Amino acid sequence: MPLFMVGLMVIPALIAVFSSPDKQKIAVIDHSGIMASRLQNNDDVSFIPVENNLDKAKADEDYRGVLEIGKDIVANPADVRLYTHGPSSMMVEGFISGQLESNIESIRLAGYNIDNLEQILKSVHADVKLSTMRIDKEDEETSSGLSYGMGMAMAFILYMIILMYGQMVMTSIIEEKNNRVLEIVVSSVKPATLMAGKILGVGLVALTQILVWAVIVLAFTVWGMPLIISSVAGADADFAAVLSQLGNAGYVAMLFVYMILFLIGGYLFYASIYAAIGSAVDNIQDASQLQMVAVLPIIIGFILAPSVINDPMSTVAFWGSIVPFTSPMVMMARIPFGIPAWEIILSLVLLYAAFMALIWVAAKIYRVGIFMYGKKPTFGELIRWARYK
Amino acid sequence: MDSIIKAENITKAFTNHVALDNVSLEVPRGKVYGLLGPNGAGKTTLIRIINHITAPDSGSVQFNGHRLTAADVSNIGYLPEERGLYKKMKVGEQALFFARLKGMDRNEAEKALRMWFERLDISSWWNKKVEELSKGMAQKVQFIVTVLHKPELLIFDEPFSGFDPINANVLKREILKLRDEGATVIFSTHNMASVEELCDSITLINKSHDILSGSVADLRRRFSDNSIELRFNGDYDALKSVLAPMVTSIECMPPDRDGNHGARIKMIDGDDMSQVISQANSAVALRAFSEILPSMDDIFIKTVEASNSNA
Repeated sequence: MPLFMVGLMVIPALIAVFSSPDKQKIAVIDHSGIMASRLQNNDDVSFIPVENNLDKAKADEDYRGVLEIGKDIVANPADVRLYTHGPSSMMVEGFISGQLESNIESIRLAGYNIDNLEQILKSVHADVKLSTMRIDKEDEETSSGLSYGMGMAMAFILYMIILMYGQMVMTSIIEEKNNRVLEIVVSSVKPATLMAGKILGVGLVALTQILVWAVIVLAFTVWGMPLIISSVAGADADFAAVLSQLGNAGYVAMLFVYMILFLIGGYLFYASIYAAIGSAVDNIQDASQLQMVAVLPIIIGFILAPSVINDPMSTVAFWGSIVPFTSPMVMMARIPFGIPAWEIILSLVLLYAAFMALIWVAAKIYRVGIFMYGKKPTFGELIRWARYK
Repeated sequence: MDSIIKAENITKAFTNHVALDNVSLEVPRGKVYGLLGPNGAGKTTLIRIINHITAPDSGSVQFNGHRLTAADVSNIGYLPEERGLYKKMKVGEQALFFARLKGMDRNEAEKALRMWFERLDISSWWNKKVEELSKGMAQKVQFIVTVLHKPELLIFDEPFSGFDPINANVLKREILKLRDEGATVIFSTHNMASVEELCDSITLINKSHDILSGSVADLRRRFSDNSIELRFNGDYDALKSVLAPMVTSIECMPPDRDGNHGARIKMIDGDDMSQVISQANSAVALRAFSEILPSMDDIFIKTVEASNSNA
């Protein structure tokens, strides 16, 4: 798990570093005689002028492709062809046509014999760099890309942990019931106390494990991330900027505090349901049907996450993050986008209040369920048990 | 009567059936009390109520003269019929866990456990995992866990199931020893032989009702059909003719090893015993005379069948 979390942070960076494709050599046959010298190489593509022998150039596997530029390229920009070995990429095609277009344009412009053309062009040229600021966040600079990744990652972490440890509560209760230890334990401890102890106990196991991961991840954020950022910086400046925000320990800590709060609330909420289900059945097979009550909302919450991330302020996102069943996952997906504090607080209050109500009901079901053997109970029966005095 | 448990008019209903209907029970202190009844009669429900695991719908349970509370549970040791242990834990560590659940402190619990392990000759199991134990072995551990905290009241539900005769005897001996040390024992079983052997008094529950209770000795006398077995030297027909007015039946029994003849009679009136003896002695030479009391098995079957046909 800690490996997985570190992986979430490192792998994109590594991909950025290592995925840059090999430089592609493009042979250029220039019938016009003016274009080849004007083409400029970039990181991905280099143009190599060759003699006017198309077949020979095509046969040379050393070149990724052959660019044949027509005689009247300036007058007839369509008179150009690219022959490639294997599929070409949009990026390469775009780059080549871009180069040709700008060169043809400047040749044509030059034909008008305008004075100070260079200067005019320079003053006309605009290089747009879009910076996104949040109006409601004192113009703090944000990046949707980062929020997207963080939102998805946190929804996933909550989804996994709640499901994993919630079911651990259930299987552990089923096991106790199945081998009849429960009969002995309840002679010393009240059923409700036992159930609460079970939920707390598994919860503490979960918390211990998560804290171990957190230490690893935080240590990595502080010491590991700067290293990666500096190595990525050369390759992709934008990406490095995003990553550097991940290296911001304060930001990570804020998210972590929210995550722990929603994690505890979500876990307690679902563990109560799982405890009630576990007490009602004799074995895991019987649990599968009743379990859907607890599994489906978690999955729905997780499935909602991507659409919530696309539009964190939509109605679905709002209600999904307020209603306790889905709120842990959906709210954690939204938080990285910076949502109003009252929504987070409302969601937390509702989640914990719902947990209180639910554990009370669960304790009643549990008290009856642990002594019921044999018949697989229906959902209606569980509700009837909860109504017992 | 100094009673440790006094349950009055207990009623408990579940969704589809009534488990206990107006059942009362009084368990005298320092005795072994049998709680008998066919399967599904409501015994386990009653035991759970006495253990404060479930609450009755109506009726009250007094423990040592006050209303039973959760705190009293530390004065009760309960060995349920369906019992298990955590399979992956070691025997000693698990026994310690249960002892601490009952409120014993660690050192005290460990000392008491070592003593009991010694006493039941299972000291070598301390570090074994429970899953390595056989059913009988696990039951010994469960027995120790039940009695370890020296509760005033011990409740054993079918304690001998799964034991070989030797270990069952060890357990019986320990139960009687605990009673002699002052503990009260409630003992639920279908094994009537062990009831005769161990129990001072019983209550019989059938179909949610208590249908019979009293001391074992009294009950056996009450259910007596006034049968007597005679051993004598002389003529069977002579005996038969002198006893005829006082008996409902008389039958001849084969002679014993010493050559004494035998007869089994049923008296019309149980109080005629001394008259029967003198009359018999006038006809034959009486060698032995014994009253035949019904077994608890007979009483159980008779009472349950009678209550079933009434219902």
